[in-house]
Amino acid sequence: MRLAQHMAIASPRITAECIEATEFPELSQRYRVMAVPKIVINDAVQVEGATPEKDFLGAVLQAVDGQHSA
Amino acid sequence: MGFLSAQDEQAVKKEFERIGGPVKLTVFASQLGPETNAQTVALVKEVAALSDKLSVSVLNPHIDREQAQAYGVEVTPAVVVEGARDYGIRFLGIPAGYEFSNLIDAIVAASTGEASLTAETKAALAGLAGDVTIKVFTTPT
Repeated sequence: MRLAQHMAIASPRITAECIEATEFPELSQRYRVMAVPKIVINDAVQVEGATPEKDFLGAVLQAVDGQHSA
Repeated sequence: MGFLSAQDEQAVKKEFERIGGPVKLTVFASQLGPETNAQTVALVKEVAALSDKLSVSVLNPHIDREQAQAYGVEVTPAVVVEGARDYGIRFLGIPAGYEFSNLIDAIVAASTGEASLTAETKAALAGLAGDVTIKVFTTPT
């Protein structure tokens, strides 16, 4: 969550939600959360495990690009 | 009984020495929901008591529907961390255990509006062509 929340501060276009998986089983099921941390960006790009900043940024950019080409 | 030990409080106070401007914590909780609702309210109040720059507002999404909609909150418990503006930082579920340190980090970062990211990341984010919602699923342990 640390990177996500700092990205939310850096950009007014970004919202960062930290979801406690065990409290929201329906959400966890919908996003197929098998292990944590699991990051889901714009319901499209998924990243599992601890992620370095550069890779996290790559996933964010990929999610935005995907929307524009769709 | 409180959530934070004296040692926890000292550690949080030390982090809060870096707080810049005021931070508003809005907790959405339902009395009819699971006990984590009441626990989240209590925990956030304990944290807010550790700095005079923090304020807490507790709302019920079933009653305060307009605010819940404005913040995009659909589940409880939920905590919104706002600084000079609403940066879009939400904690869904009790921000305890592992996520507690992220809550404290979010409060400090929101108070200054300064993101702790590399210059490259900030530059890339400044040019974002669309809206982004990042969901981070975690567990307390």
